[in-house]
Amino acid sequence: MTTELLSVRGLTAGYGAAPVLREIDLTVHAGSITAVLGANGAGKTTLLRTLSGLLRPSSGEIRYDGVSLHGVPVEQVVRRGVAHVPEGRGVVTELTVDENLRLGGLWRRDRAAAKQTLAEVYELFPPLAQRRRHAGHQLSGGERQMLALGRALMARPRLLLLDEPSLGLAPRVTAQIMGLLRRLRERTGLTVLLVEQNVRSALSVADQGVVMSLGQVVSTADAERLRSDDELRHLYLGF
Amino acid sequence: MDRFVFLTFDGLVRGVVLAAFALALVLIWRAARIVNFAQGAMAVASVYVAYSVTAATGSYWIGFAAALLAGLALGTLVDVAVMRFVDHSSPLNAVIVALGLVLLLQAVLGMTYGNEYLPVAAPLSRDALSIGGLALLSRYDLFVFAAVLVVVVALALLFTRTPVGLRMRAAAFAPQVSRLLGVNVGGMLTLGWALAAGVGALAGMLVLPTELGLHPNAMDLVFVSAFTAAVVGGLDSPAGAVVGGVAVGLILSYVSGYVGSDTAPIAVLVLLLAVLLIRPNGLFSSAQARHV
Repeated sequence: MTTELLSVRGLTAGYGAAPVLREIDLTVHAGSITAVLGANGAGKTTLLRTLSGLLRPSSGEIRYDGVSLHGVPVEQVVRRGVAHVPEGRGVVTELTVDENLRLGGLWRRDRAAAKQTLAEVYELFPPLAQRRRHAGHQLSGGERQMLALGRALMARPRLLLLDEPSLGLAPRVTAQIMGLLRRLRERTGLTVLLVEQNVRSALSVADQGVVMSLGQVVSTADAERLRSDDELRHLYLGF
Repeated sequence: MDRFVFLTFDGLVRGVVLAAFALALVLIWRAARIVNFAQGAMAVASVYVAYSVTAATGSYWIGFAAALLAGLALGTLVDVAVMRFVDHSSPLNAVIVALGLVLLLQAVLGMTYGNEYLPVAAPLSRDALSIGGLALLSRYDLFVFAAVLVVVVALALLFTRTPVGLRMRAAAFAPQVSRLLGVNVGGMLTLGWALAAGVGALAGMLVLPTELGLHPNAMDLVFVSAFTAAVVGGLDSPAGAVVGGVAVGLILSYVSGYVGSDTAPIAVLVLLLAVLLIRPNGLFSSAQARHV
């Protein structure tokens, strides 16, 4: 019986008069990979932004590790073990690879542990180690994705919120990223909430799939079912 | 030829102070995307604090330290109590608020100290030392060079080599992402304001002994010159601020020396106009837009 790491109930949020998220219910178990799927405009990015606190919900509840995240400032969320890699990756292009990575671990009090984590991240991503003094804007799309991931891992998160990691990447690189997520989950018990438009890639690593449409969850199912159930896939994912 | 050399050195000293002031403007621009039009008034307020403290203690240096502390405090106060609440949807809002602050500060200073020019003594001799037969720089000028050099190097080290500096740069370049990484972006912004105001206070302390005296409007022209310097160098570029400052200082000196001291402010404004028309992003700015 795995624990519920993230529990979302009745979450409603938006940017103006009309809500973008409407009464979202979602459960993520520790050590699992959950894929959030759906068309553009479904509210997937808004969901992640509400979870990390960038957007304040108008109603509903978010419980992380049994504790409510209500009113927790954005800067504090990473300290609780939730790392959010935003849409577009958020690589700070004016800073170098090394500076971007170190930035991810600056909040950690244990400097020695942070240094150790930095070494581990460089080991995990050899291309980053080779380009540590390069500025962010000099990196390719795949390298930026590695950098954004590595930077998130600097916080030693328990829950990783990933927004469209495959965007703009070649299929081979996407497969590498997905494989890495699976390995991290196996090695460290990392829990991942993965927003993806590339349904096949996402379902290849996910345990659970949550399908969103127009701000609501229309289907929650095991990834296996979504992969194999043609009718379900057809209905919600269009292929 | 002698005159030219003399004017050059004089311009360099003036330029170096303008460089420090322009650096303060660039600091706030990079952090908050605001041109701090109140920088001059804030600097002169800090110098008034030094004036009172020096009068009370009899020591120039205690007053000097008090000015720097007053600058830090005033910068913090302005951000936390005023700028935090400004609606940033239009850049004009912050400008108007800053101008309002200028009126407020200058009025309060005028009421407290009066509107006469108060004498401000230099801590070191302002007599020119003889270098190679030419009377070029005074001890005070050397002190000015040294002080600005120390500040520029200290700021450069702070920003490039310390965790705080990294946080400040990240907070300025990418505030939302920085928050997700645990950076207290609001706090970093306030720190930027405090540092900028402290540098402005230093610039004020360095330049006022060479002016007519301490007066609520004493830094107005310095502000315009420094603003021009910052724009010439590119508001985004600290190196540009330093080069721009020195350039404007030299221009002021040459125009004062060869044409007339009344024409000097006009020359600065002509330069500002020229840069804004020909290369509005400044000479040192990077042309590329910021990619994410």
